[in-house]
Amino acid sequence: MQIELWINEKKVRAAIEPDTLLIDFLREQGCSSVKRGCETSNCGLCTVFMDEKPVLSCSVLAARADGHHIVTLEGLKEEAEGFGAYIADQGAEQCGFCNPGFMMNAIAMFRENPDPTDDEIREYLSGNLCRCSGYEGQMRGIKAYLAFCRQKGGQA
Amino acid sequence: MEKKLSLINQPIRKKDAMALVCGKPVYLDDIAPKDCLIVKLLHSPHAHALIEEIDTGAAEKVPGIEAIYTYKDVPQKRFTMAGQTYPEPSPYDRLILDRRMRFVGDVVAIVAGENEKAVDRALKLIKVRYQVLEPVLDFRRAKDADVLVHPEESWRALCEVGADNRRNLCASGVDEDGNLQTVMEDCEIVLEHTFHTKANQQAMMETFRTYASIDTYGRLHVVSSTQIVFHVRRILAHALDIPKSKIRVSKPRIGGGFGAKQTCVTEVFPAFVTWKTKKPAKLIFTRQESQTAGSPRHEMEMRVKVGAMRDGTIRAVDFYTLSNTGAYGEHGPTTVGLSGHKSIPLYNANLEAFRFQYDVVYTNVQAAGAYRGYGATQGIFALESMVNELADRLGIDPAVIREKNMIREGQVAASYYNEQMNACALDRCVARAKEMFGWDEKPLRQDMGNGKVRAKGMAMAMQGSGISGMDVGSATIKLNDDGFYVLSIGAADMGTGCDTTLAQIAAECMECDLDNVIVYGADSDSSPYDSGSYASSTIYVTGKAVEKACRELREHMSVIAAGILDCPPQELIFAADGVATADGGKKVSLGELAERSMNGNTETVQVTVTHSSPVSPPPFMAGMAEVEVDMETGAVELLDYVAVVDCGTPINSNLVRVQTEGGLAQGIGMALYEDIHYDAKGRIAEDSLMQYKIPTRLDTGRLRVEFEGSYEKTGPFGAKSIGEVVINTPAPAIAHAVYNATGVWHRELPITPEKVLMGILRREKEE
Repeated sequence: MQIELWINEKKVRAAIEPDTLLIDFLREQGCSSVKRGCETSNCGLCTVFMDEKPVLSCSVLAARADGHHIVTLEGLKEEAEGFGAYIADQGAEQCGFCNPGFMMNAIAMFRENPDPTDDEIREYLSGNLCRCSGYEGQMRGIKAYLAFCRQKGGQA
Repeated sequence: MEKKLSLINQPIRKKDAMALVCGKPVYLDDIAPKDCLIVKLLHSPHAHALIEEIDTGAAEKVPGIEAIYTYKDVPQKRFTMAGQTYPEPSPYDRLILDRRMRFVGDVVAIVAGENEKAVDRALKLIKVRYQVLEPVLDFRRAKDADVLVHPEESWRALCEVGADNRRNLCASGVDEDGNLQTVMEDCEIVLEHTFHTKANQQAMMETFRTYASIDTYGRLHVVSSTQIVFHVRRILAHALDIPKSKIRVSKPRIGGGFGAKQTCVTEVFPAFVTWKTKKPAKLIFTRQESQTAGSPRHEMEMRVKVGAMRDGTIRAVDFYTLSNTGAYGEHGPTTVGLSGHKSIPLYNANLEAFRFQYDVVYTNVQAAGAYRGYGATQGIFALESMVNELADRLGIDPAVIREKNMIREGQVAASYYNEQMNACALDRCVARAKEMFGWDEKPLRQDMGNGKVRAKGMAMAMQGSGISGMDVGSATIKLNDDGFYVLSIGAADMGTGCDTTLAQIAAECMECDLDNVIVYGADSDSSPYDSGSYASSTIYVTGKAVEKACRELREHMSVIAAGILDCPPQELIFAADGVATADGGKKVSLGELAERSMNGNTETVQVTVTHSSPVSPPPFMAGMAEVEVDMETGAVELLDYVAVVDCGTPINSNLVRVQTEGGLAQGIGMALYEDIHYDAKGRIAEDSLMQYKIPTRLDTGRLRVEFEGSYEKTGPFGAKSIGEVVINTPAPAIAHAVYNATGVWHRELPITPEKVLMGILRREKEE
């Protein structure tokens, strides 16, 4: 079947199988940042934006993306570099495999709630598993980034 | 090099950090050729069975299928998948495909095809008739059982590890010192208990994966998510029965390892397909496969007997470990050793006698492997729990009993291969942890008045730094145009950051910016030999090789400079920007020197140094946990965890911290959440991240980490290891806190709410 959608603001028309998952379709389209850590919607690694809302691309059929706007980390270069530098400054990226999904959901959180409490951060990102960092370094990075944004006077 | 250190113990960003946070395509499945054959495995549904008949006819007819292989197609020389120095202590008990199935998940057949759909269809069409056999599922009854896991004649052990396949024994042995019986009899209190830990999964976010292709020279090039490129080369040569010279192994970025990828879990399968078909092939394990056919921690049951005086003096330890290696013996003979050798030495101060005995048994469950801590984690849970109970029985503060008995700097430990502790800040770790935690101010137990009870617990831990007298680390450092350096290593950065920390050592030695050192590795063709990144060896062993290589390169560079400046090389001084005469009168810049090295030069500007250490200096740590137990539900909430670590000189202050926090989180998972159950037929229930509950950021509480420095003179800049020791304290510290809250010792992990509640109810009934 044919679908037409926007991937990182670029219009894409493609032939897919009815059972193609969005994660596999996106990786085929060159969005290699989208990672798979499980098959059970538990790890959060495959998080992408569908019409600006974070979704697990392993649990969405590519067919359902027809007519929608999909954004992956490849499409958020500036935000990824801006926020990512704060994670890097903690050494919290470690193996890096969970980072794209974590970055996507963190960026979604900053947009939705530019001034979250620690508990709100933990709650919002609880679906993003990381086996390396113990999460504390990510928390320090997020808080340093938020402090920077506040100092800048603007929003996250 | 005696000047003030500028790059050591600094919070330096990892060299690959920005690529990783920006999601760049640097992992195996991002870089595998698009035309790879898709390889998948048919797994056994039976814990123990013989393949009577296997019919692949219908499956082969599926359009797009390239090849299907069964036990009839593979070389018949047994090998081990364990990534260890040859001759491996792990027995040679594997074939690529075997007729005998030894666990639910064992490999029946390999299918390779053009696309996933075709391969999935073919997998369903393979018809297998099994002769189902009685499995050995209870590891307590495996030794000398009637049913043998490896009855085959071709099974063999290369090393004297007390293995005997006719007794289901993968290893057995004893180590002792002093007159245990006499000392034990003379003790005023003797406690004995049995502890049980499960086959925990490393659960790195990137599952096992490998691709293979044939290179320009007709050689097999295997790219794998591995910690051990050189061991993989040897293992593949054994498995495929081809010369090692025909194989090249390299690694891309690795999405986590934690020891899992110290075993060749996936490599042999696509390598076999590519060698046969001469086409590129890749195998990406699903999470379910990683959970059921991976290389988890060895399940262990430990019987610990401690003899002490009423004043808390610990005089004797008797330790027996029964380890379950599962269907194959990867890392079986070695992990078990750490359960005793890296727990007993913690109580070295007054120890007069110890005995450490062990059996490692084969059973029909998933084969175990290497997981961070490597047996020490299990042993330390048992011994630390025992010491906490001893303190409780004697009415002594658990910190005080440790202060009385712990190993200290300068001591020689008979239970640790008679090594002397050059650098040991364990006493300061405990003291600092007490301060940070407020140990002396907090009660053991505090009823919160709302059905919840808060309590504290503690533990100590140690590990090693590389395998003494065995692990080899090498570094090649090369001077290039403009005076930048390329550092080649065979150690594997798996997210740990060793590409960066080893570059820090090089840059410190060469007195240059970190950006002036490019790191390349690991590739079995071009990297200098390294055993690989495991056993907490990389900074301590390979890091020392880097330091030595740099020192040697500086000498060569001084010779070139001496030629330019026309003076003896020994009169020159090496500085950040070049080499100068002692009086500073004449100077040649690094760029000029590098230029000269490429023009009419006969002096070496590329140096390789190989290093090995006769000792394995232990890093130490103290951990303290505060938990809140809901007495109505049994739920345990971790409120606060304090950890103070002695890793010698930290090379990168950020990375040692994150290593510690990450290790603590895994230890917390092991203590509270991560469970393994087998059904009556030997199938694992926790085969996904839905059932196998690794901690989320809501589950780890607050982790507070500090470091107490020591200086290990045999390590680079005084460094010891960090990677493994950090997983060892949470289980015993949390079990201790749960006891203080509920009055019940939990000697089996994980400590789930059901167990806590049943424990409370049982205790109330008894009272």
